[in-house]
Amino acid sequence: MKYTVDKKGFYGEFGGSFIPEAMYPNIEELRMNYLDIMNSTDFKKEFKQLLKDYVGRPSPLYFAKRLSEMHDTKIYLKREDLNHTGSHKINNTVGQILIAKKLGKTRIIAETGAGQHGVATATVCALMGIKCVVYMGALDVSRQAPNVLRMKMLGTEVIPVESGNKTLKDATNGAMRDWINNPWDTHYIVGSVIGPHPYPDMVARLQSIISEEMKWQLKKQVGRDYPDYILACVGGGSNAAGAFYHYLDDEKVKLIATEAAGLGADTPETAATLAIGSPGVLHSCRTMLMQNEDGQITEPYSISAGLDYPGIGPMHSWLHKIGRTEYLCITDKEAVDAAFTLTQTEGIIPALESAHALAVLNKKKFGKDDVVVINLSGRGDKDMHTYIDIMQKKINI
Amino acid sequence: MNRIEQLFKTKKNNILSIYFTAGHPTLDSTVEIIKTLVEEGTDLIEIGIPFSDPIADGPVIQKSSQTSLENGMSLKLLFEHIKDIRKDVNIPLILMGYLNPVLQYGIETFCKKCNDVGIDGTILPDLPFDIYQEEYESIFDKHNIYNIFLITPQTNDERIRKIDNASKGFIYMVAASATTGIRQGFEEYQQDYFIRIEKLGLKHPRLIGFGISSRETFQHACKYANGAIIGSAFVSALEEASDLKKGVQGFIRNIQ
Ligand SMILES: Cc1ncc(COP(=O)(O)O)c(C=O)c1O
Repeated sequence: MKYTVDKKGFYGEFGGSFIPEAMYPNIEELRMNYLDIMNSTDFKKEFKQLLKDYVGRPSPLYFAKRLSEMHDTKIYLKREDLNHTGSHKINNTVGQILIAKKLGKTRIIAETGAGQHGVATATVCALMGIKCVVYMGALDVSRQAPNVLRMKMLGTEVIPVESGNKTLKDATNGAMRDWINNPWDTHYIVGSVIGPHPYPDMVARLQSIISEEMKWQLKKQVGRDYPDYILACVGGGSNAAGAFYHYLDDEKVKLIATEAAGLGADTPETAATLAIGSPGVLHSCRTMLMQNEDGQITEPYSISAGLDYPGIGPMHSWLHKIGRTEYLCITDKEAVDAAFTLTQTEGIIPALESAHALAVLNKKKFGKDDVVVINLSGRGDKDMHTYIDIMQKKINI
Repeated sequence: MNRIEQLFKTKKNNILSIYFTAGHPTLDSTVEIIKTLVEEGTDLIEIGIPFSDPIADGPVIQKSSQTSLENGMSLKLLFEHIKDIRKDVNIPLILMGYLNPVLQYGIETFCKKCNDVGIDGTILPDLPFDIYQEEYESIFDKHNIYNIFLITPQTNDERIRKIDNASKGFIYMVAASATTGIRQGFEEYQQDYFIRIEKLGLKHPRLIGFGISSRETFQHACKYANGAIIGSAFVSALEEASDLKKGVQGFIRNIQ
């Protein structure tokens, strides 16, 4: 495939493995084994079984009739919001916990921003009876109290990270430092297509179940196994990677990804990495970053905690650079409007992250016969406090 | 000859190397710290370039890095502060920091500038040696900058030999399976590791760093290598010192 990672772990000039020596043995072990494990019949069988019986896959491909009428096109929603724990994140954690077990690891660490990946990791650790520690920025711990309590109820230790700006980037620093301090028994379940090789590739493969299902679902429902457009939001970029994966080489399928522009990509309050960023190295990969001229990473902002990251997966930096995917900026307001529209036309409350993908409908005109698949990466339960604040006009959007 | 090379030629034991973060505790303390360290007989100095996301560092150096950035330190300003350092200082000076600030400065410009002001080497923990060899080695060589590599208790013998072959100057032996920080004494696995490395008979001299914090730990580390590196404990002492010069003096006199 043209757009996947090369032998050294790069997507064009992006990616690679810029790790401190202390992380080398664990990363090397993973790199040497991940493909063999993922291609083994054992793994495949267990993974498929869990995705079906535990996660509830396949996730439906739902024809959104009223939304389609409203936009005069054919809109299908890939319902990752219906997965166990409420988002696509669980596809990755189920896969990685099986890989960690095959590698003989007995302790799991993870980073989380909004808490979705933390909950998905805590969940599979409870399922497998494996000790789990989740790092979360201290600010996010206070902003996302329900998910913190979910993780605790699942038996996970949540460690608030007090350094830096106390959000997702700092949580990731915390998890990496933990791994350096615990090199013997621990696997780090990275939550998106970021980090050193092989993480971006491994996570993309685990999430590729999304487009794998899309193929046969479209064939059955539309009569052809491809859409005209696929829309997805990008934080690190894992749900987009999964939704695009099996169509990357099929150039007739147009790929559109959305970054969180926050208050606007031309303001300091933004998380639109590709729009305003430049190449650099953070969290062990070379990718596009939000940074100042001295190479210090700047703090992103978005209403959606899951998109609030100053980098983006190296695969997306590459797809952006070569133009295979179109990246659009969606502001807080555009996302919130799209969330309310979906709720009131289809009876589905989306996650704020996913609302950034839905918002493309108001930015771009699609043809009457175009088949447009929107990856609905998660449900809105975790964002109810924000939606309530908006309805009660406690926050101005 | 590169000053690092020179140092290891003339001194084989008890080499004392000190790390501190530039721009900490105050923005313009860097030069005074260097000069006092030299007066007190420090053999080698590692000047830390602050970074917003120092993943290999523990709380003390994280905090110094954050303070330094808040004080307004940058690589550009650091070069400005140390531009005349070679008028007074003859010991080897190394810049230590994460890759991204150096990348944004520009690798070639950075190496040239290092050579101009009299920096002898670099330690960039998130630049692995295979990528260094492939992409950057020729630039560093051109400007006679030694890039120092790290090994840890988890690095296997085969890889250590590779690193030894690719090294210039010395090998930085990370003492613990840990981020930087202050620790008392050594655990059994560290002891085993020190002995294992000693027996390998490497081509390059070695300095042991991470967790060295006192006269006792310094002397112990020196038994297994040519010397040792103190970071967090020194940074922490600077943090507490009411008078910078006296703080540096007091700390070094306690070690030696
Ligand atoms: C529902 C949902 N969608 C999207 C994301 C963004 O992550 P990614 O870009 O890796 O899909 C998150 C992250 O927390 C999320 O919870």
